[in-house]
Amino acid sequence: MLYREAGQFKSSYGEDQQIFPIRQDRIAMALLLVFAFVVVPLFGNQYWLSALITPFLIFALAALGLNILTGYAGQLSLGTAAFMAVGAFMAYNFVLRMPWLGVIPSFVLAGLCAALVGVVFGLPSLRIKGFYLAVATLACQFFVLWVIQRWGWITNHSASGVITAQTITLFGYPLTSPAAKYLFTLSVVAVLALAAKNLMRSETGRAFMAVRDMDVAASVIGIPMMKTKLLAFAISSFYCGVAGALYAYTYLGTVEPEAFTLDLSFRVLFMIIIGGVGSILGSFLGAAFITLFPIMLNLATSGVSHALGVEVSHAVVSNLELIVFGGLIIFFLIVEPNGLARLWQITKEKLRLWPFPH
Amino acid sequence: MKRITIAALAFALAAPGLSAAQNEQFVPANFYWVGPYAPGGSGFGGGIIDYMALLNERDGGINGVKLTWEKCETEYNNARGVECYERSKKKGPTGATVVHPLSTGITYSLIDKSLADKIPLISLGYGRTDASDGRVFPYVFPLITNYWSQNTAKIKFIGMKEGGMDKLKGKKIVNIYHDSAYGKETIPVLDIQAKKYGFQVTHIAVPHPGNEQQAQWLQVRQIKPDWVILRGWGVMNPTALKSAAKIGYPRNKIIAVWWSGAEEDAIPAGDAAKGYISAGFNLPGADMPVMKEIQKHVYGKGKGEFEDKSRFGSIYHTRGVVAGIVTTEAIRTAQERYGKGKPITGEQMRWGIENLNISAARLKQLGASDLMAPLKVSCLDHEGGSPVKFMQWDGRKWSVISDWIATDQSIVRPMIEASAAQYAKEKGITPRDCSKEK
Repeated sequence: MLYREAGQFKSSYGEDQQIFPIRQDRIAMALLLVFAFVVVPLFGNQYWLSALITPFLIFALAALGLNILTGYAGQLSLGTAAFMAVGAFMAYNFVLRMPWLGVIPSFVLAGLCAALVGVVFGLPSLRIKGFYLAVATLACQFFVLWVIQRWGWITNHSASGVITAQTITLFGYPLTSPAAKYLFTLSVVAVLALAAKNLMRSETGRAFMAVRDMDVAASVIGIPMMKTKLLAFAISSFYCGVAGALYAYTYLGTVEPEAFTLDLSFRVLFMIIIGGVGSILGSFLGAAFITLFPIMLNLATSGVSHALGVEVSHAVVSNLELIVFGGLIIFFLIVEPNGLARLWQITKEKLRLWPFPH
Repeated sequence: MKRITIAALAFALAAPGLSAAQNEQFVPANFYWVGPYAPGGSGFGGGIIDYMALLNERDGGINGVKLTWEKCETEYNNARGVECYERSKKKGPTGATVVHPLSTGITYSLIDKSLADKIPLISLGYGRTDASDGRVFPYVFPLITNYWSQNTAKIKFIGMKEGGMDKLKGKKIVNIYHDSAYGKETIPVLDIQAKKYGFQVTHIAVPHPGNEQQAQWLQVRQIKPDWVILRGWGVMNPTALKSAAKIGYPRNKIIAVWWSGAEEDAIPAGDAAKGYISAGFNLPGADMPVMKEIQKHVYGKGKGEFEDKSRFGSIYHTRGVVAGIVTTEAIRTAQERYGKGKPITGEQMRWGIENLNISAARLKQLGASDLMAPLKVSCLDHEGGSPVKFMQWDGRKWSVISDWIATDQSIVRPMIEASAAQYAKEKGITPRDCSKEK
């Protein structure tokens, strides 16, 4: 009843092409942003901010990066963690070696380094696709970590290969409190998400989707294969690189190369599969599901065993969490193979008709 | 609605903390009970909890302050470790007293946070080695013996076996390490000792998790080293022993770090493990007085941590008991200064650990003379530099084959100070002046 677009007329191309053509969506989005930028940092406690919401945002950004490449341009990649690693370690080097640069340029440069690595490892995509391409990007995953572990310059010759993120200052204000780190992460993610949304609505985005749907047809209608595929790799790796830099600077503070193993690449891939392949919203939903859900499950099981006064062995609780989580992944994939974003879309369509469905 | 539910959930979780009795000391139990490293996590966690339970059951806590704890699963994963830390740090009347991350990676991730929250970190026999310089790392305590110190004791032990340190000249030693921050830590200290004593050292990396080591051991066969130092973790250890057996390398020439030298590492290798040597800062056994007390007061009342009684007194279990002794003795020390019978804060605990002095006489009182060596911590030295014993696996159990071997601080300390100074420079930290500490 509330969610109805009757009476909302569009009288210009601009109005027709806006991101949220329905007024209720615009209001909801504005409220969400106000909530995220004002209410959360004011009322969220430190545990929520630094242990739950910040990592969720960072993983959402990484998932967004992978979604651009896999979901929109159709190029399967298992190198996400490697691109994040490039971003994290290069950001460290830019801040260390060129401290006059400032945070944002350092992060942008780190992202560009990741983009460069992405382009290099995207070259095989010109010849191969599907699972074969995934194997080529797998090589990237191992190669990048190998270089970081072996080349001392990258870790500033730290004996253990671990880097510690320096304190970063933004406009003279040091980002040390959880709220400040959260706001910085949120701003970066919001800007990049908006950019991604618009990019996908532009000519470039449509070229990506054409390549995804049928690359032969796309090249016949005049879409340059090399440029489009490599651009997809570059943009995707840029996003992952920035996510990696945030991972080091606003989340963990200290990173070792082992944090960016193949496991992490798979986790990000699961995020977009569960959230929705080829959907900006899906990247956020998937990241929320994979990062927050196990913790909620953990809190809930210990809460329930407390409430019922049953003494459950901790090992059982820990294993139970993995079992339930795995089961839910399978459940969602069976019920809605197109991901949580699609479920949301169906809900919205139903709401438009409610309470009088035909 | 969803937000209300979450808020209600958050409140429900916070509420037990509010209603808790005030005369309690909260120690988080953030360990791991699942995954490939679960034997280490559950064993160590079981030990520390058993010891705290002993103090509660037998003495009614520390000077009347009951010890409380809550388990949190870290999965040996940095992100989950940070989440557990954030979850546990505000619990109890004075917040988390001290955190044992039980993972080198998680320790690294918590260094900055613990400083900001004023909660000390104890990394018992692991962690960031250069944190032993207390001037740069006020809140981190790589207690008892760090990796570099342990390594010097190991080379001394090899020297003893060869008949003198001068006999090391021209000898070949291979360092097989887990390719991670943890594994790589000892490379520089080995290189320095190689130069000093004139032996040859080759470093061979084994990628995580280490269940495939044929290539590495073929390389060992080519080098024909006099000794192999094994720096493994988890499944890498039994695999290394089996691979060594396959190429016929004598196991009594393999010396392991303590994270490779537990029952859980040797038993899966079967006969291939016979003769295998490991370093240790704690010794196994169920017959020490302190272990008997735990058996009587904790397990006797059905409150023990292990369902599988055969793990009682194993290496990981007694290592957890050592952690329990160090933690509770530091709480006692802090109480003596800040008020007996009152819960202390993390900041006061930091002072307690820094002024911790577990003498031989005190160890005897605790019934732990055979468990660990005496320990003294100071502002300058956050480690203690305790000596190391070596044990050999006879196919059934670990038996001690050496005396306590002192570490060589003349090699380790300058390295620690140089490395800590570099860290201080990178982070813009001004080291404390220890003469001004009270």
